[in-house]
Amino acid sequence: MSHDVTHTRTQQEYEYDRKRANLGMRNQVTVFALMIFLTFIAFASVQAGMSAYLVAPLILLFAAVQVALQLYYFMHWSEKGHGMAQFFMYSAAFIAFTMILAFITIIWW
Amino acid sequence: MSSTAKKKGFGATIWDYLTTVDHKKIAVLYLIAGTLFFVIGGIEAMLIRIQLAEPNNDFVSAGLFNEIITMHGTTMIFLAAMPLLFAFMNAAVPLQIGARDVAFPFLNSLGFWLFLFGGLFLNLSWFLGGAPDAGWTSYASLSLASPTHGIDFYALGLQISGAGTLIAGINFLVTIINMRAPGMTYMRMPLFTWTTFVASALILFAFPPLTVGLFFMIFDRMFDANFFDHLNGGNTIIWEHLFWIFGHPEVYILVLPAFGLFSEIFATFSRKRLFGYSSMVFATILIGFLGFMVWAHHMFTVGLGPTANAIFAVATMAIAVPTGMKVFNWLLTIWGGNIKVTTPMLYGLGFIPSFVAGGVTGVMQASAPLDYQLHDSYFIVAHFHYVIVGGIVLALFAAAHYYWPLMFNQMLNETLGKITFVFFFVGFHCTFFIQHFLGLMGMPRRVFTYQGDQGWDLFNYISTIGAFLMAIGVILLVVNVIITAIKGEPAGRDPWKDGRTLEWAIPQPVPYYNFKQTPLVRGLDTFWIEKMEGNKEGMTYAEPISDIHMPNNSFIPFMISFGLFVAAFGALYHQDADKAWSLPVLIAGLAITFLSMIVRSLKDDLGYHIHKEELMNEKGGKK
Repeated sequence: MSHDVTHTRTQQEYEYDRKRANLGMRNQVTVFALMIFLTFIAFASVQAGMSAYLVAPLILLFAAVQVALQLYYFMHWSEKGHGMAQFFMYSAAFIAFTMILAFITIIWW
Repeated sequence: MSSTAKKKGFGATIWDYLTTVDHKKIAVLYLIAGTLFFVIGGIEAMLIRIQLAEPNNDFVSAGLFNEIITMHGTTMIFLAAMPLLFAFMNAAVPLQIGARDVAFPFLNSLGFWLFLFGGLFLNLSWFLGGAPDAGWTSYASLSLASPTHGIDFYALGLQISGAGTLIAGINFLVTIINMRAPGMTYMRMPLFTWTTFVASALILFAFPPLTVGLFFMIFDRMFDANFFDHLNGGNTIIWEHLFWIFGHPEVYILVLPAFGLFSEIFATFSRKRLFGYSSMVFATILIGFLGFMVWAHHMFTVGLGPTANAIFAVATMAIAVPTGMKVFNWLLTIWGGNIKVTTPMLYGLGFIPSFVAGGVTGVMQASAPLDYQLHDSYFIVAHFHYVIVGGIVLALFAAAHYYWPLMFNQMLNETLGKITFVFFFVGFHCTFFIQHFLGLMGMPRRVFTYQGDQGWDLFNYISTIGAFLMAIGVILLVVNVIITAIKGEPAGRDPWKDGRTLEWAIPQPVPYYNFKQTPLVRGLDTFWIEKMEGNKEGMTYAEPISDIHMPNNSFIPFMISFGLFVAAFGALYHQDADKAWSLPVLIAGLAITFLSMIVRSLKDDLGYHIHKEELMNEKGGKK
């Protein structure tokens, strides 16, 4: 609240923050590479002319993995202090799932 | 500039309210607008009851009757109950959690103006060729066939006011998550804050399906789309699902804050800690979740099949469990308390049996086979009026008395308040209790008249008498407000003497920055703890006095909403071949909205600071 409080970091804090930032950067780059790789496989499997019964579930699976990676790494869910956002996103996913399930089972079939 | 409260002329006051971003003033705006729509909806209710007072009545025509029942339901739910609850949320929640304002004051204002312009647009349909006439649920097979523009007014008006509601809900979520004072953990939040939080989460998840459904409806009616037209591959049931996926949580959006208000009132006037606080919180969250799993119980007779009906029936009955927990907790809060029967407490005592009666008939309807008998009869009408009037309206009246001194620094007259309660409460039961039996005797809902000598005549007449008693109650409340305003006696801090939560610890009238210093919260019922320890100031502070950052007032929210209001007319009349002006109006309206948004984006508005020196002088920064 108060704006006139300044905080000076000690050398240890500075090094700790730096180390964490480095780790975070490494994770992001790794995950980014992984996501590119997954996208590549998805395209390659279509290009290779494999059966649609293999390709479709494969792409859906990769999509789910990519969404998870996106949320946990690029949107920082793997770090502390994101519990509320996670709770709301999982709740929304759950509610959306029940709706879609109901639509599939009792309206369209 | 240090926008301090100077003595202002009438025009300046109006301008202040048009541009305000202060949650306390927005609460007053919500209260005024909600009351206006409550009265309009009430007049519609009276017309319904006059028409049905005797068989074969021709007070209104069949078509007009359909418009009246549609507008009664729509107005009461969307334009009266929700805004009035938002009024009390805005007035109390930031103060209860020790915040200086909501998280997004600008959006708070935008939410209000969107709601108001959407509501005005919907009600203008009365003067512009006919109101919507397909019931408040606006089932697609009826509404697509409706020849007037009424349904378009419904769809566009609700779209605009729904956006406002969604914005308000998100604002409260962020406020409660991020703006709590130091020490105000989740499990120390007052119950009204908790129920506001859960209701806002329900708004967040429930309004998007309504938005989608309304867009489908707009597309079907205006652009010849076929989402709901089975002749062209659509499915009319999709509207019903989308509407009730929204509509059922909507019931809980309304009733949870009502529960919260009564939880505050019971604890305050029993002068006891709320019994089973943590189970109350748990029950609130559980009701919130279950509220999304039960929408198809509104559609048992659609023919979803026995499996779907059974699943939704069981899920519906499950909601009775957390609701029952709440009822028992309230009873045990009162039990052994040092009870003071003030007007709000009287409403609370009336609420418990009334709401339980509505809940019991709800469980009856949850049983799918029985629902085939009860469906579309007056039994249903009796049930939902018991829940909504017996739950929400009683809570709103109770909260009006309870929070009046917080909002206006005046006490409503207690004696007159109790007389109001008697008229309203007796009238309410007189109107709706007997409708259970009308339903069981086979009277269908939504009929504009009926033949005599079926045993319905007397009961309908009694029901109408009850409606007049309720109207007398509402008029008495208005009289009470006027008398109090004329007297103008300041109520002062903690006027009920038994306030438990932070909002009562603030000096009256509440300073525009709320808290000079952010309070430190040391437990549930913060103010009570401080009082019991003899702290005259009522608060322990978490910070030294320092500059307070405040947002500037803004006229932009009004302009954004006004633009959409104009655009809606263009969109509505664009279907008519003979109205060439509609397209320019649509474009002009959207231009106003987007230009206002661009101005908001490009012009930095950093607010201002109230300086420490101003806060330190005796008047606490007030000039």
